[in-house]
Amino acid sequence: MSKLLEIKNLKVSFPTDDGDVKAVDGIDLTLNSGETVAIVGESGSGKTVTSLSILGLHNRASTNLSGEILVTTQAGVVDVVSAAEQDVRSIRGKNAAMIFQDPMSSLHPYYSITNQLSEAYRIHNKVSKQAAHNRSVEMLELVGIPEPAKRAKEFPHQFSGGMRQRVMIAMALINNPKILIADEPTTALDVTVQAQILLLLRDLQKEFKMGILLITHDLGVVAEVADRVNVMYAGKVVESGSVEDIYYQPAAPYTMGLLSSIPSVYGKGTGKLSAIPGQPPSLINLPKGCGFEPRCTLKHLVTGANCVTDKPNLIEDSAGHFARCHLDLETRKIEGKKVAAKGVK
Amino acid sequence: MLRFIARRAAYAVITLLFVSMATYAIFAILPFDPAALSCGKGCRPNLIEANRIRLGFDKPIWEQYWLFLSGIFVGRNYGMGNAAFSCPAPSFGYSFNENACVTDLVKQALPVTLSLAIGALIIWLFMGVGLGVLAAKMKNSPVDTGATIFVLIGTSLPVFVTGLLFLVFLTIKWNIIPLSLTGYISIFSNPPGFFVYFILPWLTLAFNFSAIYTRFTRSAILETASEDYIRTAVAKGLSPKVVLRKHTLRAALSPIATMAGLDFAALLGGAILTETIYNLPGLGRLSLKAVYDFDLSIVVATTLFAATIVIFMNLLVDILYAYLDPRVRI
Amino acid sequence: MTALLKVESLTKYFSAKSNSIFGANSGKVKAVDGISFEIAEGETLGLVGESGCGKTTAGRTLLRLLEPTAGTITYEGEDVTKLSRKALHDFRSKMQIIFQDPYSSLNPRHTIGKIIAAPFEIQNVTPPRGVKNAVQEVMERVGLNPEHYNRYPHEFSGGQRQRIGIARAIALRPKFIVADEPVSALDVSIQAQVINLLDDLQSEFKMSFLFIAHDLSVVQHISDRVAVMYLGKIMELAPTVDLYANPRHPYTKALLSAVPIPDPKLERSRERIILKGDLPSPINPPTGCVFSTRCWKAQDICRSTAPQLLQVGNSSVACHFPE
Repeated sequence: MSKLLEIKNLKVSFPTDDGDVKAVDGIDLTLNSGETVAIVGESGSGKTVTSLSILGLHNRASTNLSGEILVTTQAGVVDVVSAAEQDVRSIRGKNAAMIFQDPMSSLHPYYSITNQLSEAYRIHNKVSKQAAHNRSVEMLELVGIPEPAKRAKEFPHQFSGGMRQRVMIAMALINNPKILIADEPTTALDVTVQAQILLLLRDLQKEFKMGILLITHDLGVVAEVADRVNVMYAGKVVESGSVEDIYYQPAAPYTMGLLSSIPSVYGKGTGKLSAIPGQPPSLINLPKGCGFEPRCTLKHLVTGANCVTDKPNLIEDSAGHFARCHLDLETRKIEGKKVAAKGVK
Repeated sequence: MLRFIARRAAYAVITLLFVSMATYAIFAILPFDPAALSCGKGCRPNLIEANRIRLGFDKPIWEQYWLFLSGIFVGRNYGMGNAAFSCPAPSFGYSFNENACVTDLVKQALPVTLSLAIGALIIWLFMGVGLGVLAAKMKNSPVDTGATIFVLIGTSLPVFVTGLLFLVFLTIKWNIIPLSLTGYISIFSNPPGFFVYFILPWLTLAFNFSAIYTRFTRSAILETASEDYIRTAVAKGLSPKVVLRKHTLRAALSPIATMAGLDFAALLGGAILTETIYNLPGLGRLSLKAVYDFDLSIVVATTLFAATIVIFMNLLVDILYAYLDPRVRI
Repeated sequence: MTALLKVESLTKYFSAKSNSIFGANSGKVKAVDGISFEIAEGETLGLVGESGCGKTTAGRTLLRLLEPTAGTITYEGEDVTKLSRKALHDFRSKMQIIFQDPYSSLNPRHTIGKIIAAPFEIQNVTPPRGVKNAVQEVMERVGLNPEHYNRYPHEFSGGQRQRIGIARAIALRPKFIVADEPVSALDVSIQAQVINLLDDLQSEFKMSFLFIAHDLSVVQHISDRVAVMYLGKIMELAPTVDLYANPRHPYTKALLSAVPIPDPKLERSRERIILKGDLPSPINPPTGCVFSTRCWKAQDICRSTAPQLLQVGNSSVACHFPE
């Protein structure tokens, strides 16, 4: 297991007329080879902004980035935040590749599949068009596209949603990157197609020993594929740990609230869902203290700190399990167990 | 594809028929006597009558229309006996004012308008699209602001003002472009002379059109640039130049090409203002004069010609669009 | 209990793009291909399926937002398909719809007060204490601040906008509501709020729901019975408990198997059914059973004869070899 990616104190903000939108407010994260790390959060949590920063896909002119994003390459470590544009460009598609949420709009409608795949290949490899085409067909076969040679010449609109996502995966992996960033890769797909795609990703990861950074809001998907989980809320990581930690011993009130509010087909399907009251905060006017405080149902149990004015830090509860909360460890353990005991609803 | 073209051709014929009927109908309603106009002011009644019979104006309007229609295919005969003459097929009638078969008049005027339109098209595409791309790439920079000012001026100044300004400054005051006094020069006979003859009219037309295209290209590129597939292209590791050229431009070009085709078609119908300012003997000027002279035959012919070009270019543009965008199926 | 709503062989075909010279229709998209079900008073029927199964089309055709190609819809004994336009207008106060996209289903130029008041105005109903009062009451009921009467949709979040949509739908106290994926566009923590709200409203006003969704977990929480659709046909219709505990149709099994469980140990240890292949085109659905091309149990009879919806235990299943 080697370290592929390390994010240190990443902050991303967008200046607007109404003020700075602090999309990401200081997060740390590591990704090693062969493992799947999930970033879970709802809209406005900062997870997508984080994922786009890794390949430097934000517009440099209108984004304020600070911190470090260290990507391991053959030539050493590249810090995407401070590196020159050409250096960042050289890792895109080669050391780290990305697949996006909506495969229909993520493929160029005017170019054939083999054109787009070959292009991805020829950026980092000096080969002939024919060689690139052969490699493209090879990749299409790897991701399970039937009749790959024939379909390579077709256009994106001739493929179904699931097939298009497979094409995106083929395109991302064509240069054997060690890091795959998947931003909500199955959200736009039907549940049966989602199952196929997740299985494919798992198989490919085993074969190529990739590290996958999975961005999602779906706690079911996370339970299925993730090894470690980072829960984000209002631009910060509020909990981070192994997938067992998160589901069986949630330590942050937000995580507990999330787990309590999701229905599941294997549950009993009875009774009310316990919802998290209120709405996510504005990223321009973040609360002074804890970002989750306005909606927290456990804040009355806090002693020794003021959730409204004091920002909680990330504390290590146990090996590798971190939570950001003023509540003492004991109380959080008890509350967390309560949530986990309710089990799958 | 063939079915598509066949269907469009059928619609085209029907449309053209209606256009010609409408034009004829307008003239039928207008309260004037075409025969009286055929020989100027000091015309005597018996000459007017003779002209009326000679030119077929004594026949009922629908018969005149029928003769006109058939004339397109088989030619048309006028007058009787010694004063008889004919306009061979395809005949669009006879202009008493110009004393010539309309077909010949159109044949003469066409190359002028064609040269004007094609030259202007090339210039405005280069200038307009080029400046638009630059402005989009350097959004909010001085270049972008300059382009915006250019767009404002270019779209608000009417063609005749632009034309006169160019004439006054470029030719008369600063003597950069010599005045062409020789009349129309074909590109085949005298290339340098051809360019000197057309450069001012080209610039005049291009000034206005390139302003429109600059604005359009700029917004098309900015809009395309925010599409997901551009983000994918960047994520693959492509350099900004390649992303712009191969991905952004390619997508933005389709609507631009469509627009250009239609604008070009409109120009071919005759850039009346430009031709008048620069005294170009093109279709525009021909039609204008014909309207003043109430010369029905020429007006019908040029209207039909313009309509045909528009219909044809529409068809071409649709096929082009289907070729450029694989999602569009004909 | 007599059914509030009875649907028989509801069919909706769309014509596919034409290719011939004079524009004659070539091919039909069989969006809804003969579905039948009943909904009792105060009951929620969940309608689930993946994209292209026809559930949204079914919901809209039910309200005659789309004209049915064939079939009957009987509401409180009256055949909705035969209603004249005038009668249909009056009828709208009894059957309403909540839409999926809270961002595009509200007119951005109307204040929310105007949006929620619209049903009263359109149906010419004057509540005892005036329209504005009635609107504010409804706003409060769905969890909105009645003082926001004069605000515009863009000033609200997605969850709040969906509440506005719900307020509009329940304003005239309809007895039947088609909820077309009402929570799909919302964040998980907001989904729970809206689902709870719908649950409360149903018990309070004794409304019946047709709850259309692709999210099986959400449907389980709110539905009394569930119908599973595939390519325009109903594959299985059963009480919720039975459908989830004991799915009888292979497609239902595959669907349930595909939904990831938010419990890592359970999720990674259970057996998964992964369907092969792609959804067939609704213009050219397979002959016989529409699921036969992807079913692991398919035999010859499946490919030649379409199975009827027959009772097996508590469930109705359209399968030649149900579990």
